[in-house]
Amino acid sequence: MSWIPPLLVAIPLLAAAVTAGLDHITPRPVQDALVVAASAATTAFAFVLLWSTERREVVHWFGGWRPHHGIALGIDFAAGPLAAGMCAVIGLVVTLALLYSLTFLREAARLFDALMLVALAAMCGFAMSGDLFNLFVWLELMGVAAYALTGFQVERLGPVQGAVNFAITNSIGGYLFAVGIALLYARTGALNLAQIGDALSHGSAGGLVIVAMTLLLCGFLVKGAVVPFHLWAADAYAVAPAPVCAVLGGVMTDIGLIGVARLHWAVFAVPFGNGHAVGDVLLWLGIVSALLAGTMAFLQRHLKRMLAYSVVCHIGIMLAGIGLLDSSGLAGAELIFLAHALLTAGLFFVAGILHVDHGLIDELHLRGRARGCWALAAAWFAGTIGLVGTPYAGIYLGHGLIDEGATVIGRPWVPALLWLGSALAGAALFRAGGRIFLGWGDEDDPLLGEAIEEDPLEREVLRPLLVGVALVAVVLGVVVSVVPGLGQRAEYAADRFRDTSGYAARVLRDRPTSPPPSLSISIRHTSLDSLLYGAGATIVALGLAFVGLHRRRLPRAVAVAGGRTLAPPIRVLHALHSGVVGEYVTWVAVGTAVTGAAWALLLRG
Amino acid sequence: MSYLPYAVAAWICLVGIAGVATSRNLIHLAICLTVMQSSSYVLLLSVGYVKHGKAPIFKGTKLGTTAVDPVVQALTLTDIVVSVAVIALILGLALDAHRLSGTVDPDRLADISG
Repeated sequence: MSWIPPLLVAIPLLAAAVTAGLDHITPRPVQDALVVAASAATTAFAFVLLWSTERREVVHWFGGWRPHHGIALGIDFAAGPLAAGMCAVIGLVVTLALLYSLTFLREAARLFDALMLVALAAMCGFAMSGDLFNLFVWLELMGVAAYALTGFQVERLGPVQGAVNFAITNSIGGYLFAVGIALLYARTGALNLAQIGDALSHGSAGGLVIVAMTLLLCGFLVKGAVVPFHLWAADAYAVAPAPVCAVLGGVMTDIGLIGVARLHWAVFAVPFGNGHAVGDVLLWLGIVSALLAGTMAFLQRHLKRMLAYSVVCHIGIMLAGIGLLDSSGLAGAELIFLAHALLTAGLFFVAGILHVDHGLIDELHLRGRARGCWALAAAWFAGTIGLVGTPYAGIYLGHGLIDEGATVIGRPWVPALLWLGSALAGAALFRAGGRIFLGWGDEDDPLLGEAIEEDPLEREVLRPLLVGVALVAVVLGVVVSVVPGLGQRAEYAADRFRDTSGYAARVLRDRPTSPPPSLSISIRHTSLDSLLYGAGATIVALGLAFVGLHRRRLPRAVAVAGGRTLAPPIRVLHALHSGVVGEYVTWVAVGTAVTGAAWALLLRG
Repeated sequence: MSYLPYAVAAWICLVGIAGVATSRNLIHLAICLTVMQSSSYVLLLSVGYVKHGKAPIFKGTKLGTTAVDPVVQALTLTDIVVSVAVIALILGLALDAHRLSGTVDPDRLADISG
């Protein structure tokens, strides 16, 4: 089965080359069919790969340069269940986005499709790569494709500004990563992840490795849009076409986190494995992201910006799950990734349809415009319920597993903070849904700032196709928590992913894994605490949404007191997200320095 | 073993970031980005440097000849290729920004915020 991993990269890249190269001679329907077929085939192969990774890592050594006596000579793709699962989700979301853009971006022509396929190939390559420098190359490749996709509509200034901020901030992250690679190579003389882990397991780690780890992980956190590296995200997602947002927000941002997890467990778990210093810093970054981005989502009126902050919020929850450094936490992050990718894509699709129907993307301007669009309303509210984590919907199971992990390692205060984050983001989405689809609430709200309106889209779209794709994405996302056996398999994948010495043995010495335990096929149940948290988060989200809609009807004393306490911090938050790229870069530098200092103090002290 | 190349690499990296953070011109900013990236070239090459090492071309040389590390040179080349793509894109976007708004000052471009 070792021939499958390269296919996941080769199929979309070849199809992209054909699409871009034969653009002027092949008729449009043939091109469309080729693009969708390539993406669907990649998804199908990813599922085959997932099935065949159950017993062992599927390792492909390019050019047949296999390791000798435990020394890696060549470059490999090493796919375990987690990496293969990631590829499957990525393929699914990209396929849905391509179907959606068949009529949505008709005039955007073929180069758009080619860029989407390149992004798909880069993401799959990134998920499977077993080589540090190749991670960097895939990271930059997906970055370049994403910058171009964001700035696709160059006839308007907004996309250009968003793409510039996105490109510059992420390039800085990429270059930090490159410096980190050079340092680790200097220390270990190896680029293969398993080999580096092997080399670092002898002797003490020292300051150089801490600096390298800081640069490498912060490079990924920029890609993953974790606070304070997240400032580019809302600018980029606000201006990109809806199907691009679905891919960027649904899967590409999250992929930075898989990089963090891969590097931690393949390389840094050995030198820094004892204790929770590395994990606690990640945990706190995650908690701050979840709360801050949840709040920012609530302060938005532009639907795509709101969704962008909701993405950052869920990224924070996933990072916190990874930061717990145990299997339950990682399994929770996997399940949230799966549900969140589909739900976020679905909600971006709905926002795109609203933009086509009414020429508006602003919550207040859209008030009551979509009354009676039951399919869209159902998709929006179901997606929101899934993203809050109402018991047994969407991300609930992932939240529940993170709760278990936090309790086991003695951080029982973590779940409440994470649930609050998803409740805040959910409140924003409920409020927008209530205003747009039900016509509730006031027509104006000074709290939400100035309107940022986009030009109306004058497009001939096949509306049933768009609505259908959105509904499929949302339904698939909502049912994640009740798929029988999925939770158990996520935990098994996390166990395999965390097994550092086992990974090295399987990649470098071709040792088989012990046979997998027989996993039951039943719905994974969670603790009573999670059930209560989930119900509580839903109630908090609905309550906040009602307050947001009917703020004027609050008793006058409450409103005045609330305004006085909340207005200054809200002003600070708006001012921080200034849209000026120089400030974003400063935050990246400061964030990297602070993260590194924290690790240096905790690991050496 | 001299520490000078490492100090130079760190200095170039910091100067590059400072340039990007304070730049008022997108073209200037793209150049600062290249400056920052060149720190990784300096670092990579000094990591692979061996005193009295030959260039790593082994055709016609005796076994056991000391040579500098060829891997870092390959990495540096790849690094350059990657950065060319990124810089080309940023310069292209800067052109578009100028065409649409008449300015390449990132501060004045910032019409979306919050």
